Amino acid sequence: MSVIERIKNQLESNPVVLYMKGSPDFPQCGFSGQTVQILNACQAKYTYVNILEDPELREALKEYSNWPTFPQLYIKGELVGGCDIVIDLYKKGELATLLGSAGGAQ
Amino acid sequence: MTVELIKRLLNDAFKPELLEIIDSSAAHAGHAGARSGGGHYHITIISQAFEGKSLVQRHQLIYNALGDMMKQQIHALGINALSPSEETKGTHK
Repeated sequence: MSVIERIKNQLESNPVVLYMKGSPDFPQCGFSGQTVQILNACQAKYTYVNILEDPELREALKEYSNWPTFPQLYIKGELVGGCDIVIDLYKKGELATLLGSAGGAQ
Repeated sequence: MTVELIKRLLNDAFKPELLEIIDSSAAHAGHAGARSGGGHYHITIISQAFEGKSLVQRHQLIYNALGDMMKQQIHALGINALSPSEETKGTHK
């Protein structure tokens, strides 16, 4: 499977995917950590991928999404954004709605 | 200097009404991501170019304008991108 197929596969089989540095328990970057905290605050059900363990996926994602930084949050296959946008949507109350529409909130 | 280069690229691309760049690299020196030498910056930009664009689209436009800088010189970029009408509505934080 090519790396692009792997990305598509991950996004099709999981409604909410967070590509991050490290894991939710041990984030390796402050921005990834903040994003995890916000998803937790929304009680979101999500899948994560640690891009530090997969350099090929990491580089391919930057091209795939036209987005050069991590974390990257996807809901229903669409890029929602990085840490800034996730915080912004959370403050506006829109993140819970998005997560709910994807079945990603409890 | 990185801030000057960011300023020039964004001024050229967006002809912004307002552009502020804060270099917060010093606050992050020493953490894992800073080791490769990329800096941390925060920009506030108000431009007509963002009118009617989603947040994701605005960030993508900015990343495109900065091009290769995102690979080396910039490790992290906080972005607050507004259109002039949003600014006057007081959504500017």
